Amino acid sequence: MRTNRAITMLPIIHVSHVSKTYAGGQVALRDVSLDIRRGEIFALLGRNGAGKTTLISIICGIVTPSAGKITADGHDIEREYRAARSLIGLVPQELTIDFFESVWATVSLSRGLFGKKPNPAYIEKILRELSLWEKKDVQVRKLSGGMKRRLMIAKALSHEPQILFLDEPTAGVDVELRRDMWQLVRRLRDAGTTIILTTHYLEEAEEMADRVGVIDKGELILVEDKKELMLKLGKKRLTLILAAPIEEIPATLSAYPLTLSPDKRELVYHYDNSEHGGVAALLIDLVKAGVEVKDLRTEESSLEDIFVSLIRRAP
Amino acid sequence: MNVQAIRAIYQYEMARTRRTLLQSVVSPVLSTALYFIVFGSAIGSRISHVSGVSYGAFIVPGLIMLNLLTQSISNASFGIYFPRFVGTIYEILSAPVSAIEIVIAYVGAAATKSIVLGLITLATAALFVDIRVIHPLWMIGFLLLTAVTFSMFGFVIGIWADSFEKLQLIPLLIVTPLTFLGGSFYSIHMLPPLWRDVTLFNPVVYLISGFRWSFYGISDVNIAISLGMTLVFLCVCLAIITWIFKTGYRLKT
Ligand SMILES: Nc1ncnc2c1ncn2[C@@H]1O[C@H](COP(=O)(O)OP(=O)(O)O)[C@@H](O)[C@H]1O
Ligand SMILES: [Mg+2]
Repeated sequence: MRTNRAITMLPIIHVSHVSKTYAGGQVALRDVSLDIRRGEIFALLGRNGAGKTTLISIICGIVTPSAGKITADGHDIEREYRAARSLIGLVPQELTIDFFESVWATVSLSRGLFGKKPNPAYIEKILRELSLWEKKDVQVRKLSGGMKRRLMIAKALSHEPQILFLDEPTAGVDVELRRDMWQLVRRLRDAGTTIILTTHYLEEAEEMADRVGVIDKGELILVEDKKELMLKLGKKRLTLILAAPIEEIPATLSAYPLTLSPDKRELVYHYDNSEHGGVAALLIDLVKAGVEVKDLRTEESSLEDIFVSLIRRAP
Repeated sequence: MNVQAIRAIYQYEMARTRRTLLQSVVSPVLSTALYFIVFGSAIGSRISHVSGVSYGAFIVPGLIMLNLLTQSISNASFGIYFPRFVGTIYEILSAPVSAIEIVIAYVGAAATKSIVLGLITLATAALFVDIRVIHPLWMIGFLLLTAVTFSMFGFVIGIWADSFEKLQLIPLLIVTPLTFLGGSFYSIHMLPPLWRDVTLFNPVVYLISGFRWSFYGISDVNIAISLGMTLVFLCVCLAIITWIFKTGYRLKT
């Protein structure tokens, strides 16, 4: 029992001091270390060119790292590449599929490549799940863009991987398909698959991820539990709509970081998620100062705001 | 050994072959027929026999070799170049397959196709002339060895090439001339002594000579040397492929 427990505690992917400089001298990753937990959805955030695809490609064995070590479920990705790779499914950023083969043949090829015996029933299951079953005999080039995306996912799932990489799964995808994609990712996670997705849609990470990593100019600048991150860095803004305009903020309220709107009808109060009780005290002091509040509204900063402020802070 | 992967790639490649079957078969059949009309009838009426074999029959092994070399190289080079070109190579690189397995699958598929086409060429030729095969096992042996060797050579070209032009370049500039000058259509004994010596530097001479020996028991060079040279090419191609995978040359960044 204890050993089982110990195994499940081990990170399913362990990235240790990985760097990558491409042949042209382009530095894509600088000393990246990262642990992915078993069964989580991890979102890797970063602008275009930050190094997200490079990191994924290195873990999957497509790009050779310049330095560093990686294990997948304890297997070194170089020395024990068979064991490591068998666990991993990859949906690359680009739509790279043989356009002249049928849906069925491409998915079957993927399964075979990963050393699995043909299993028509399983392939039927994933094709149905991805609404591609009716198209199984159709040539790939005749599929719509959304179908091609789903086919890429079907290929990645064809060998029943425990770890799934989704490199910008929803880039250029319409709203409806994005919803479907999110649902699928959740279903997979619920079935025990570990999912690592990259995105530059923060909304996506906010919606889906358990943890978030932010990569900028090849450096992993932050890894945090998403909720904690939002709590830590998230700012709230409370806007108080006054019953009557006031000329200036009463001196008794000078302890609060308040700003008066130009039309003198609103007071704006900024506070951190981690501060508690501040709002209640403010409201009491407002009453004491004789400022009458008609209404109020609060706004929370999104992951996007956090992300922007993080990137700005990075040198 | 990831047998499933070898099987999957092989079947996938063979499916591609089946899809383009008509054009794959038509071209060798047509060109063989044309050679017989042009060389067999026009020239053959002047050169009636070479080393005791009718000229029409004499050129058959050379014609088969010509098709075998061209097909092996083009099938294998295209087979591996295509996934590189469209980007589907990512899947092979990220799969738990070893270099040997990849080579077995791609080279196996390319060689299978070219052997089938070689046999079709043989059947077409049999419509025009009487053909004997004195050493059928050797014949099959040479067919296999050559197909595998040149499929490996094609595989190397498919990895080296970074454009469709380059993919065509080596077959066009090197293989076709060497095959034509390698004694497909004449015995090198028919050449002046100087040219005969120069020709011996042409590796294709040994393939054709050995292959022709398996048909008629006549050869331009000693059969052991032919076999030896074929094996040397095989080893050279193997060495290059091993190096490619060791270094990740043009496969990984
Ligand atoms: N094959 C390559 N050769 C040279 N440079 C590359 C290659 N692939 C990516 N890069 C460079 O590495 C950096 C990181 O790229 P990438 O990993 O694709 O970023 P992201 O996926 O975060 O957009 C970029 O500056 C990019 O130009
Ligand atoms: Mg990318």
